[in-house]
Amino acid sequence: MEIFGVSMPAMMSQLLLGLVNGSFYAILSLGLAVIFGLLNVINFAHGALFMLGALITWMAMSYLGVNYWVMLVASPLVVGVLGVVIERLFLRWIYKLDHLYGLLLTLGLTMVIEGVFRSIYGVSGLGYDTPELLEGATNLGFMILPNYRAWVVVASIVVCVATWYVIERTKLGAYLRAGTENPRLVEAFGVNVPVMITLTYAFGAALAAFAGVLAAPVYQVTPLMGQNLIIVVFAVVVIGGMGSIMGSILTGLGLGVIEGFTKVFYPEASSTVVFVIMAIVLLIRPAGLFGKEK
Amino acid sequence: MNRKLKTLVSVLGAAGLGLAAMQAQAQEKVKIGFITDMSSLYADVEGKNGAMAIQMAIDDFGGKVLGKPIELMSADHQNKADIAASKAREWIDTQGLTMLFGGTQSGTALAMAKIADEKKRVFIVNGAGSSALTNDQCTPYTVHYAYDTVALAKGTGSAVVKQGGKSWFFLTADYAFGQALEADTARVVKENGGTVVGSVKHPLNASDFSSFLLQAQSSKAQILGLANAGGDTINTIKAAKEFGITKTMKMAGLLVFITDIHSLGLKNTEGLLLTTSWDWNLNDQTRAFGKKFFEKAKRMPTDIQAADYSATMNYLKAVQAAGTTDADKVMAKLKSTPIDDFYAKGVIRPDGRFAHDMYLMQVKSQKESQQPWDYYKVVAKLPADQVWTTKAESKCALWK
Repeated sequence: MEIFGVSMPAMMSQLLLGLVNGSFYAILSLGLAVIFGLLNVINFAHGALFMLGALITWMAMSYLGVNYWVMLVASPLVVGVLGVVIERLFLRWIYKLDHLYGLLLTLGLTMVIEGVFRSIYGVSGLGYDTPELLEGATNLGFMILPNYRAWVVVASIVVCVATWYVIERTKLGAYLRAGTENPRLVEAFGVNVPVMITLTYAFGAALAAFAGVLAAPVYQVTPLMGQNLIIVVFAVVVIGGMGSIMGSILTGLGLGVIEGFTKVFYPEASSTVVFVIMAIVLLIRPAGLFGKEK
Repeated sequence: MNRKLKTLVSVLGAAGLGLAAMQAQAQEKVKIGFITDMSSLYADVEGKNGAMAIQMAIDDFGGKVLGKPIELMSADHQNKADIAASKAREWIDTQGLTMLFGGTQSGTALAMAKIADEKKRVFIVNGAGSSALTNDQCTPYTVHYAYDTVALAKGTGSAVVKQGGKSWFFLTADYAFGQALEADTARVVKENGGTVVGSVKHPLNASDFSSFLLQAQSSKAQILGLANAGGDTINTIKAAKEFGITKTMKMAGLLVFITDIHSLGLKNTEGLLLTTSWDWNLNDQTRAFGKKFFEKAKRMPTDIQAADYSATMNYLKAVQAAGTTDADKVMAKLKSTPIDDFYAKGVIRPDGRFAHDMYLMQVKSQKESQQPWDYYKVVAKLPADQVWTTKAESKCALWK
């Protein structure tokens, strides 16, 4: 069977590859959405945090011999702590100002972080081997799927759903959501809102780092790896609707798939298709597909 | 909005740099400009270490020519032709730039060649590969020094076909360089009795190549020709290993740099055929330069970084011999003086092509490699009179 001249197995494999890329988009845009929801900060440093997640994983392996599975937990923790520092040191001064200031501040942080590591490691990238347990590939009939890529999809969906559950279905999540709506009132109930905000940013940063660890064996680990991804991820967040948790997860996965198909039918446009969709969505639903008009 | 902001910030930064430099006096110095990718996927191939190589040559020359101090200015074009062109124009108009080096990325080099032609400035290209620079878009002031897409095609392309790799599929970076490399290689493949089954064009600086690779695999071609470079080539080779593409197809890296091999490691690249203009481990002279460069950069030079040094040296010698920095007179000197140094031996032809021998290399196995950065073994020397565009093939009006 063929669809527009492309065979069914080929379509299936592109769908799967799209899901893999979509998984990265989903985790990253989820973190951005969580941060924007509570802090009202457009976190441009997200790409740099993603890169740090991968780079710290590489460093731990090369300098200390710490394996992938340990770093899958440790790397997000380290970057989460860095998130606390960034929030306490920089971000808390700008909450009352226009969004633009948050964007400029975090963009500046990104340039500093990326610049430092670029001058140390260059841009060609550092190789990170796939963990032994996930080496090799599985023949699915229509394609050979490296086991590691399958793991990426599973791990990211688990993390995304868990995050969604915590925020939408638990008491802690209820505090978070209430804090977004009316921080003063929540504070009156005895909830420490500033600490909650700090931890939220740290959590968002940790999510980015988690995606970074997942990405380390897939792409070369380079100081620029976040830069390439972050612009697309912002478009994903805009399409899904700023601040919408489920929206950013579904949009991330969906756009990964659409991008995958574009690579078959018109590869030249594969880097632009996401932005074309963004423009269309903004024209029709300015608040994004899952966002609520305020 | 975010992209706009990014541009705005970089424009502001660039404007600041321009102002600071403007206060320096324009007339009394010989100013060499170098515009290349300093921050993105090609930054390791030339980048800041390219600037360092040029500076090394200036220092070794004595820092002065015709009694005037030599100053090097460098800038990052971010792989955007408009930034490269406007920076070149600004330097020439407001800084009294004497000559210009064009770096990696052919789109930017072609744009700068036009400016240099219009403003009559010697323009030497090492990093960019498009053969158009000395063919249909040749100018009286362009010198294409290190390599070009025709040489890569005639080197790797014909060698692979002769080894039995008859059917090809191209994975091509979608801009001037990739397209030129694909076209030049496809021609060589067909001339040698091979066929081109298909090709897929990917955006420059793509991160995920798996989708393109599966398309390549389903074409059932024997050879996957990589018409891309730098970070794109690295990510392609890495993904090809992961998806087992290399079990059914052989890869031909059409433009591979030693930094790419270093980044990927020998176990991912062993046996790869490639064409290059130079390697640090060819003879005592090249090793001496390699060592000197390594001490400063903590890595071995790529062939174009070596070319940066050599071209600077030979340009300054030509200025010295001509007794002037006047572009027409220096160009006449450059084209009439044979070059023979640690980098290469040959002549700059009327079309601006520095015709020298090239090398067909094969990447060593881990066993064969005796020390760090010892990656290449010479398969064949490709003679200067065969490897470049020939007079009969050339459309350059300067060479008729």
